[in-house]
Amino acid sequence: MRLHEYQSKKIFADHQVPVPRGRLASTPEEAKLIAEELDGPVVLKAQVLVGGRGKAGGIRLVRTPGEAENEAAKVLGKRIKDIPVRRLLVEEAVSFQHEIYFGLTIDRERGQTLLIVSAEGGIDIEEIARTSPEKIFRVGIDPLLGLRDFQARNAATEIELPRQLWRRFVNISQNLYHAYHTLDATLIEINPLVITTHNQFMALDGKITLDDNALFRHPDLVDKRDISAEAPEETEARKFGLTYIKLSGNIGCLVNGAGLAMATMDIIQHKGGTPANFLDIGGGASSEKVAAALRIILADPQVETVLINIFGGITRCDEVALGIKQTLADIRTNTPFVIRLVGTNEAEGKIILSESRLASANSLQEAAEKAVQNSLEPVP
Amino acid sequence: MSILVNQETRLVVQGLTGNEGRFHTTQMLAYGTNIVAGVTPGRGGEWVLNGKVPVFDSVHMAVDVTGANASIIFVPAPFAADAILEAADASINLIVCITEGIPVQEMLQVRRVIDNQNCCLIGPNSPGIIAPPLTKVGIIPGNITQQGSVGVVSRSGTLTYEVLYILKQAGIGTSTCVGIGGDPIIGTHFNEILSHFEDDSTTEVIVLIGEIGGQDEEKASAFIIDSMTKPVIGFIAGQAAPSDKRMGHAGAIIEGGMGTAKSKIEALKNAGVKIARYPEDIPHLIHSLQSH
Repeated sequence: MRLHEYQSKKIFADHQVPVPRGRLASTPEEAKLIAEELDGPVVLKAQVLVGGRGKAGGIRLVRTPGEAENEAAKVLGKRIKDIPVRRLLVEEAVSFQHEIYFGLTIDRERGQTLLIVSAEGGIDIEEIARTSPEKIFRVGIDPLLGLRDFQARNAATEIELPRQLWRRFVNISQNLYHAYHTLDATLIEINPLVITTHNQFMALDGKITLDDNALFRHPDLVDKRDISAEAPEETEARKFGLTYIKLSGNIGCLVNGAGLAMATMDIIQHKGGTPANFLDIGGGASSEKVAAALRIILADPQVETVLINIFGGITRCDEVALGIKQTLADIRTNTPFVIRLVGTNEAEGKIILSESRLASANSLQEAAEKAVQNSLEPVP
Repeated sequence: MSILVNQETRLVVQGLTGNEGRFHTTQMLAYGTNIVAGVTPGRGGEWVLNGKVPVFDSVHMAVDVTGANASIIFVPAPFAADAILEAADASINLIVCITEGIPVQEMLQVRRVIDNQNCCLIGPNSPGIIAPPLTKVGIIPGNITQQGSVGVVSRSGTLTYEVLYILKQAGIGTSTCVGIGGDPIIGTHFNEILSHFEDDSTTEVIVLIGEIGGQDEEKASAFIIDSMTKPVIGFIAGQAAPSDKRMGHAGAIIEGGMGTAKSKIEALKNAGVKIARYPEDIPHLIHSLQSH
């Protein structure tokens, strides 16, 4: 679960990491009011969970409360990568002398959390990683020992921080690692972490991703999920424990298991079609869950045909078939289906669907070929 | 022979009395696996599954009484990391964790502990291991595969079933199939399994099923070049997956361009691995190897 910048900054502030003064505004009037309170130049920042927000015009620097109101009116209601901007973070503009990059994330190969820092913060850090990897310092954190002071100090020396800032940098690193660990985060990223003209560290931006698997022990954090910032079908999918990602093609896919779902998309593409989505119903799905999945797929106006590929193990084919039958009884659709059921209770599943006059396939390859055929033909 | 498991395997089931544990233990018994004990704290002393399996309160007690040497874990995610550590503490040397959804920071700690012990953790989020015709430690359906000489190693669950089924339909059997698990932090990677297959006299060909994310396939490629004499066939799932769904920049900095389907396929090809375009290609590639 990804947190908004304003939510991340609240967590930073709670952990004694300085952030600019500011508040959220959802109307131009509020933006003006906050700018008056802050009494100086302010930055308006669209709170959307997509990258490239600055380039898309979602960040504005303004000098007066009047300007803040005008610019806020332009940004609010704008769509950035299709996500409507509903709230702005209005913050004091901070003058700084230097920008650094600070990150904590999991390195799956090492099986450790890495502390990643670079003196070249602010700009495109991925570009730096590609072109001058030596400018990025990384150190692995032992999960049993946590971040040690010397490691943070080494990071400070590597990025050539002035000595008088080392102590403060170590404290900030420790506080952020503490937040990362106690909140079960998988990512904390501050780009840039600046050194202000008053020689203070300050987080001008912030990203936090929480581990969905650990949310059961952070009930307070679950409420932070901003469902207005995501596509409604993704919210619906999560409610039913489905993993759904919308893509650009016209073949709706319903599959059990992420690997098989990806392989199904691959073979569709290989046969000349394009998948409309990734959808994994997980293991042991109930008929209700299957029905929800199918409703989400059929609600996508781009979908011209549906491919259902189930390899029953824990998942029972009869349960899947019941879900399909229920949905088709509820929703009248002309969309052609191709269904491939194999594995646990396959025969029972096929009996349930025998009256539904849906095309069936015996293999993955055959299913993909039929679905691609359907997707290329105009719907009668 | 097979790798990791065989007729000497004496299995303890952690989480035997839950729904999943009970169902899959019944399946494993029917397949022929030697299940010597179950563990459910608070239910020690019971006999379950028609009196076939004794239940103990701890893995230590199960090992002391039954000589269990392998464990399979069906414990729910919030308690599964603890279950792995308990098994390791009881000197179990093969731990197969089926549980999905263990918090990743807990897995970091578990792996840190396991790495310093003489034990092999498969998973978590693994479908387990099957060595036809008689041993299965996991949830892979027994009827979709048969005894043979192809070793299968995979990061997926149902995609593994698909591949086993396609092989069986083409008349090709399996020596051992190992699902190493789909989570970011797992106990055993491709390389260790490839090494076992290289040493296993029954295995003649290896099928490696990878997917996008991580660098395990890239590392496997290097290992294949250095240490494998047996032919390897690869399939990478996720070639059609969008590349823009990922976490922040930090992940990209670590992966540095690796982790994509393209990078993995290229690395494997450079290691001489024959790449299947889709699962149904795999039997053809195996036949083409055998005709040479």
